[in-house]
Amino acid sequence: MDKVINLKKGLNLSLTGQASGFVRDKALSATFAIKPTDFTNLIPKLAVKAGDEVKAGDVLFFDKKNEEIKFTAPVSGEIVAINRGAKRVIQEIVILADKQIKFKQFDAKSSISKGVDSVKEQMLLSGAWTLLRQRPFNVVADPNAKPKGVFISGFNSKPLGADVNVMLGSENANFQAGIDALNTLTDGHVHLGLPTEGAINSALTNATNVKKHYFNGPHPAGNVGVQIHFIDAINKGDTVYTMSPQDVVILGRLFNEGIYNTSQVVALSGSEFTSNCYISTPKGAQIEHLISNNLKSEDARLISGNILTGEKVNKETYLGFYDNNLTAIPEDTSPEFLGWLLPTYERPSASRTFVWFKRLLAKGRAEGFNVNTNMHGEERAYVVTGEYDKVMPMDILPNQLIKSVLANDIDKMEELGIYEVVEEDLALCEFICTSKMPVQQILRDGLNYIQIEA
Amino acid sequence: MKGLRSFLDRIKPTFQEGGNLSMLHSTFDAIETLLFVPGHSAPAKGAHIRDGIDLKRTMITVIVAMMPVLIWGLFNVGYQHYLSLGVNEGFATMNNMLFGLSKSLPIIAVSYGAGLGCEFLFAQFRKHPVNEGFLVTGMLIPLCMPPDVPLWMVALATIFAVIIGKEAFGGTGMNPLNPALLARAFIFFAYPGSMTGENVWIADKPDGYSGATSLSNLSAAESVPVDGNWLNVSGWSVGDMFLGFEPGSLGETSVLMCLIGGVILFATGVGNWKIMVATFVGGLGGGLILNGLVAMGIGADNAFMAVPAYYHLLMGGFAFGAIYMATDPVSAAQTERGKWIYGIMIGLVCIVIRVFNGAYPEGMMLAILIMNVSAPLIDYYQVQSNIKRRLARAK
Repeated sequence: MDKVINLKKGLNLSLTGQASGFVRDKALSATFAIKPTDFTNLIPKLAVKAGDEVKAGDVLFFDKKNEEIKFTAPVSGEIVAINRGAKRVIQEIVILADKQIKFKQFDAKSSISKGVDSVKEQMLLSGAWTLLRQRPFNVVADPNAKPKGVFISGFNSKPLGADVNVMLGSENANFQAGIDALNTLTDGHVHLGLPTEGAINSALTNATNVKKHYFNGPHPAGNVGVQIHFIDAINKGDTVYTMSPQDVVILGRLFNEGIYNTSQVVALSGSEFTSNCYISTPKGAQIEHLISNNLKSEDARLISGNILTGEKVNKETYLGFYDNNLTAIPEDTSPEFLGWLLPTYERPSASRTFVWFKRLLAKGRAEGFNVNTNMHGEERAYVVTGEYDKVMPMDILPNQLIKSVLANDIDKMEELGIYEVVEEDLALCEFICTSKMPVQQILRDGLNYIQIEA
Repeated sequence: MKGLRSFLDRIKPTFQEGGNLSMLHSTFDAIETLLFVPGHSAPAKGAHIRDGIDLKRTMITVIVAMMPVLIWGLFNVGYQHYLSLGVNEGFATMNNMLFGLSKSLPIIAVSYGAGLGCEFLFAQFRKHPVNEGFLVTGMLIPLCMPPDVPLWMVALATIFAVIIGKEAFGGTGMNPLNPALLARAFIFFAYPGSMTGENVWIADKPDGYSGATSLSNLSAAESVPVDGNWLNVSGWSVGDMFLGFEPGSLGETSVLMCLIGGVILFATGVGNWKIMVATFVGGLGGGLILNGLVAMGIGADNAFMAVPAYYHLLMGGFAFGAIYMATDPVSAAQTERGKWIYGIMIGLVCIVIRVFNGAYPEGMMLAILIMNVSAPLIDYYQVQSNIKRRLARAK
């Protein structure tokens, strides 16, 4: 085995509602949508209008700043609505799906051997380019950048995270084709982060043309940002690309079969689902379709994405482009009498002040907590120090970094390593924060501020 | 609880904007959120679940950790008082407790009243919720006061500490100095007669009775005992100093009780153990260095230098300061290695002030305040080393 990178800091949260079991192949959702808001800081320029017919892989809109980057339809059908929000910002481009998806045909495998330009062209034409994101900033990759590496995390350490092994299924050939395509994009390597424990899908273990790195430790060991930090950290001026393993498979299909087939596996996680299963569906499925009678309570909070990083959604909207989790947990807005002193029900905590309520301690507990959305306190000024450091495995000072953002001090943000992190890397800090700071939002504000000022 | 909840919901509009008592909005809010953790749910984006901990629980844990020293202090105030009158009926007696309460409760009430009053006023004018920090400060202030301190001084010092020490810098979380120690320092410099000397550490003692603490005895000692019998010099045995049968501020006398509080702070993770351990290490190290100098013949006639190093940890407010004051996370160093440096320096500086500054036999307060001011500098170098590692990597 290659060198193992041991991480000590972090926190594994054991929660009820981990998706398990088989993958259900459901009939197609009636409508699908691509949401430009899923792509950080994107200004979309429409290429279709309501009433147009599209095939899977046809362009829906461009990136206004770089029209090479095309966002394409995940399914074929008729554009039935272009929903706009405040200030007429485009929220959703809704497609009424055909019963049988018609795919636009692209070149097949040969294009990989033709080299980087041909791969890039095919990815950009088909829309598969948008599966690729770049750091810093976690935005759709810049095709003109010279990434020093492409990074893929081969496991998910997030609480209630979708299991990568299930998501990859038996798509070994497509995963490998995806890797081969990514290899052309960089002069460096394609890096694959793998866990030291548990079963690993053969698509990962048998993958060639990649540098494998093994990680041992609690969440966030599975975050690609953490892995990059230990493999080849991002310095000022560097660019790296990242892609989720499931999207590597979608990319592989483009080169193996010549079609942009976004079929992926979505985990239904959280205690509010009657059955925590996996569902196979193209990207952009309607939330309501994914749920279909599987919800225990209509009041549950639905989250597109992970419980620590996702976005609250309603049933009428659509799953986020990069999300492979739909989470449902109880919404809780009830005041708790002396809740800070005598908690009336179980909740996870990393704090040892709950040692008297032994069942409340988050660490070392096998059975899961049934968590809800209660903040368990109010936002306060920073008082406690050192708690973020306990869940931050990177050599980064999270408190000081967040404070530099609050002070709008770009030099300090750069010096303290803001380019190495995105929201999910600081999600645990937000979870454990005594002062209930919106850490992820502050970080995003800082990243946006840098992009605007630079 | 439902009745209480609906009562609060019923009277809430009176305190909100436009209500008759809207000037008491923050006061109402503070009481309401103390009774009920508000049912706020996580925002639409980000972490949808949150840890059970909040600042109220953190602060109340510190108060729990202060209970041992408080209870000991109440008994001791009475015990020392009756001892000075020539009555000794034992330590844990009802009379001692009642006298202790009669002296200490007013100080506690004034400290909380004056401090919370300022906090509520500022919360109201600045339109932010009342922070929980003063729950701890309000108890720390009486614990570091002599039992005979005039109440108006306590009020004045508390108001000074809250307004100049905290609110002027932006409120809770922004204060460079520990507010409780600032209150003590205020009296120490403005009214030294009430904070130093031999006459303030025992409440209502008769004039002829010496109320000197071990620190003042040592400071006044003119020679080193040739027979090595330090009891004659310090006036209090090691056992008395450790257990706390000694005059002094309300909370500082018993090292044992401080250690119990320290264990609570350590076990719950609320107090930083690195700072506590580092401070004791620094103090002991400082004492040993001085002992070493004496052994080399330097300052051999200075009792304060020659006294066994561990005496320094037992005397005065060293343990109290190390465990309750130095660990204040806002005014301490915030980087992990910085906390070690910060603690060790407090211990060292305390010994230096005690031994070499004859005017201030108790150096702990000044040591912590000096290191409070230096903490950002320590952090600066720690942060800089992180930045340098990142820059070195880029090459």
